[in-house]
Amino acid sequence: MLLNYSQPLELNKLTSRIDAALHAALPDYWAVTIELVLVGILIIATYALLAVVLIYVERKITAFFQARIGPNRVGKYGIFQTVADVTKILIKEIIHINRIDKFLFYTAPFFIIVASILTFGAIPFGQGLQAVDFNIGVLYVISVSSLGIIGVLLAGWSSNNKYSMIGAMRSGAQFVSYELSAGIALMTIVVLSGTMQLSTMVESQRYCWNIFNGHISALVAFVIYLISGHAETNRGPFDLPEAESELTAGYHTEYSGLQFGFFYLAEYLNMFIIASIGATVFLGGWMPLQIAGWESFNQLMWFIPSYLWFFGKVALLIFFSLWVRWSFPRLRIDQLLNLEWKYLLPINLVNLLVMVILVLTGLTLTDIFY
Amino acid sequence: MNNLSLFFTVFIAGITLVVAGLGMAILLSPKSFNLQKGEPYECGIPTHGTSWMQFKAGYYLYAILYLMFDVEAIFLFPWATIVRDLGFAGLTSILFFLIILALGLAYAWRKGVLQWK
Repeated sequence: MLLNYSQPLELNKLTSRIDAALHAALPDYWAVTIELVLVGILIIATYALLAVVLIYVERKITAFFQARIGPNRVGKYGIFQTVADVTKILIKEIIHINRIDKFLFYTAPFFIIVASILTFGAIPFGQGLQAVDFNIGVLYVISVSSLGIIGVLLAGWSSNNKYSMIGAMRSGAQFVSYELSAGIALMTIVVLSGTMQLSTMVESQRYCWNIFNGHISALVAFVIYLISGHAETNRGPFDLPEAESELTAGYHTEYSGLQFGFFYLAEYLNMFIIASIGATVFLGGWMPLQIAGWESFNQLMWFIPSYLWFFGKVALLIFFSLWVRWSFPRLRIDQLLNLEWKYLLPINLVNLLVMVILVLTGLTLTDIFY
Repeated sequence: MNNLSLFFTVFIAGITLVVAGLGMAILLSPKSFNLQKGEPYECGIPTHGTSWMQFKAGYYLYAILYLMFDVEAIFLFPWATIVRDLGFAGLTSILFFLIILALGLAYAWRKGVLQWK
């Protein structure tokens, strides 16, 4: 039984129709070029739009956690607050600092934005809504997203400012440490699903999401992934690189105007990327919730469009991340590195072996029940 | 549309975003020159010396440790994808690899690399 009911609101119908119309009207070369340009424009538009939405959501949820009202002046419930902020940041002066390393200073935003947008392109947003789909998807996501740290280090070092320098150094140590845990946690799931391609990985979770499929081991990996993903985005209790009470703004202290805006943009999008990779790998991506034996329930779930499932799961993870952010006090740098190297990494390696044994002895849920 | 062309499309989209944004900001933003404004941000007094100096070695030690485990990850990923086909033979052979790495971590731990001083 292949449950895949035709959903009228599915966006891949629209894209395939556009594809067919372009190929019918134009020679292949031009059709492909136009499609590539459209993909590029769509990626930029989604990227910028998501940042605007995320900043508003973050401010509003933060306000509720702190028993405040939050932005409520610009538009109904303050929904145009971030649009106003973006406009403001566009018309702010970009201040040129003396005694900086000019080339590296102006290159750093490129690294940060390009690294996050390349990862962003590899996310499967819904059925057929994925730009870059390499067969080494997971490895690609890990390697490309870690290029962002080069931008952070460049920004901190080239600013010639003590706050920036300390912030960048902390960020470097923190990012590389937690990158390791996130990588091995994702590897645990690669063992389970036997593929690194993100689209195939989502497809393999049609009947059972990976987090249920790998039960104990997948759950441990998921928790480790959430902790390390949270640390990678420099947020919450792990915001040492930009601890505002110690380092003013950390590595982007010297940036002003839109250059600062790029760092801010990338920070929010990285939160989204971490949440969406988590949702794709552990929570089934755009696949709806399926329970074995509940046929009518399963059919009903398939009538919800895939992108709504995806964004729902991502929203859940982002809410969780904000919850953590406003619930715990900031760690010290030695506590932070101890947590990674003395606890998460050994647990992670053992967990990987446990997952291999689970897979080889046929103890995963799909092996038992299907 | 193959993946590589899409990859370069996304790459160019990223660069376009930054270039277009900066271009727009340069066109829209006011400009005024003031020597004081270009001073590095400090608590209020002029900054003392440069910050391009020797830095705490602790951070670099973690980077070296990271390098060890990151290269390991590259070797482990291909193994992880086909572990179902390899069976227990694959598990035992990778176990030695992991034990050597774990010994490396244990050595670093014993030597006090993981101790923040």
